[in-house]
Amino acid sequence: MTVSRTRVVPTPDDMTAFAAGLATRLTAGDVLLLSGPIGAGKTHFARALIQKRLADLGVAEDVPSPTFTLVQTYDAGGVEIWHADLYRLTHPDEALELGLQDAFDTAICLVEWPDRLGADTPDGALHLTFSSDPDTEARLVELTADASRWADLISEFCDD
Amino acid sequence: MSDTLTILGLESSCDDTAAAVVRHTPGQSPEILATVVAGQTELHAAYGGVVPEIAARAHAEKLDICVEQALDRAGVALRDMDAIAVTAGPGLIGGVMSGVMCAKGLAVGANRPLIGVNHLAGHALTPRLVDTVAFPYLMLLVSGGHCQFLLVHAPDEFTRLGGTIDDAPGEAFDKTARILGLPQPGGPSVEAAAKSGDPRRFALPRPLLNQEGCNMSFSGLKTAVLRARDALVADQGGITEQDRADLCAGFQAAVCDVLAEKTRRALATYLAHNPATPTIAVAGGVAANQAIRGALETVCDANGVAFTAPPLNLCTDNAAMIAWAGIERIRTGAAYDDLTLMARPRWPLDQSSPSMLGSGKKGAKA
Repeated sequence: MTVSRTRVVPTPDDMTAFAAGLATRLTAGDVLLLSGPIGAGKTHFARALIQKRLADLGVAEDVPSPTFTLVQTYDAGGVEIWHADLYRLTHPDEALELGLQDAFDTAICLVEWPDRLGADTPDGALHLTFSSDPDTEARLVELTADASRWADLISEFCDD
Repeated sequence: MSDTLTILGLESSCDDTAAAVVRHTPGQSPEILATVVAGQTELHAAYGGVVPEIAARAHAEKLDICVEQALDRAGVALRDMDAIAVTAGPGLIGGVMSGVMCAKGLAVGANRPLIGVNHLAGHALTPRLVDTVAFPYLMLLVSGGHCQFLLVHAPDEFTRLGGTIDDAPGEAFDKTARILGLPQPGGPSVEAAAKSGDPRRFALPRPLLNQEGCNMSFSGLKTAVLRARDALVADQGGITEQDRADLCAGFQAAVCDVLAEKTRRALATYLAHNPATPTIAVAGGVAANQAIRGALETVCDANGVAFTAPPLNLCTDNAAMIAWAGIERIRTGAAYDDLTLMARPRWPLDQSSPSMLGSGKKGAKA
């Protein structure tokens, strides 16, 4: 059964806090698909999430935008975090070449522009759809999932 | 035996596949005997964007051809090489691995030594390949994927003074072009549109401008362009050519201001080292932007510091810089690598400086 709820994120700091809260709840095999237009906060969210996981291990690491490198991987103490930006891909096969399918099973994956995955989109993923309020710096994040893995988390992190 | 070194360089860490042969005799200028880049420029028009070369297999196939062409054009044989230098990172793992595997195969096959090179060191040492630049010099590496200030003390000694905490400027140009419906790559198209624009019409932010240090942030600038566009669309139903030109000019002016101000700060740190011949070198594709180049040259002139920028074909990814970085390392007496050489997707040039953390709004947080 699909669960879908929305969280209002008023400021960039709130986005950081939201990402940090989710960060500690993720385990190997979790896939977060980050959709939404340019400037909606996808990379900000991913960076904050990764830095929280690393900070908890006492590691300070740069989290550059993956737009050019397509994938950045981080060692988060026994589990890898994959941060991918698929914008530049033109065919789902290219995601295979990146090794994403294996990573979906073994790593924590944060994937921007996941529409490029096509039929290879993993079933158990948590979808986060980012949008901006044109008049304020607030963002809306819609969390959607089919898998029961996410049902409680979605209720916990969304107010409406 | 002469001290002349002739090195084959291989590069495949990102979108391009390249091979080159560089020769150097101490006391003379280095000589690029051949440089071959299996670029994708011809594909860009067809796809309307920069197509990444993600398949290790495709890199591997192109590497063979590039090596053959480079040796052929240089008029040398593989056995004439004093060593084979290869980018061992940082970069996209598939590409780096195919380069390292290819170099190992060539090294074993021709019984030549192998030397692994940091891709960023290749960029950072390029000024010495094309110009007589003495250590230490200040390097601004500014490209699609990178933006950092480096003090280059020696071929194997770099201090990072700061860099972008989010997007690189090249990426900001590409994304601004996307937002404004201009073609990719965004650097040239935004620069062209900015020529007829008024940089003062839109007040775009200069993130971290007044903050201590040399860290930069460009992600918020792209978002500001997006907001200004959306406001225009809401008011008037679309954007005119002039709106677009003004937004491009405003964006470019903001990037110039940030790079110029941070260069001033980096320069102060650099000059405290009392370099004999103070020099700033700029490399990376963004160095081709005339407005940015002009802004940096102005900072240099005001401070009596020499400015140098390698020609564009040596600023963007190429293998001549890898061969040259190999030569520089060999000259320092560095040991050759053996067949245990590993591809390193992450490989900061300066392992001692703290990483760039935080968001553009808050700045560095430890």
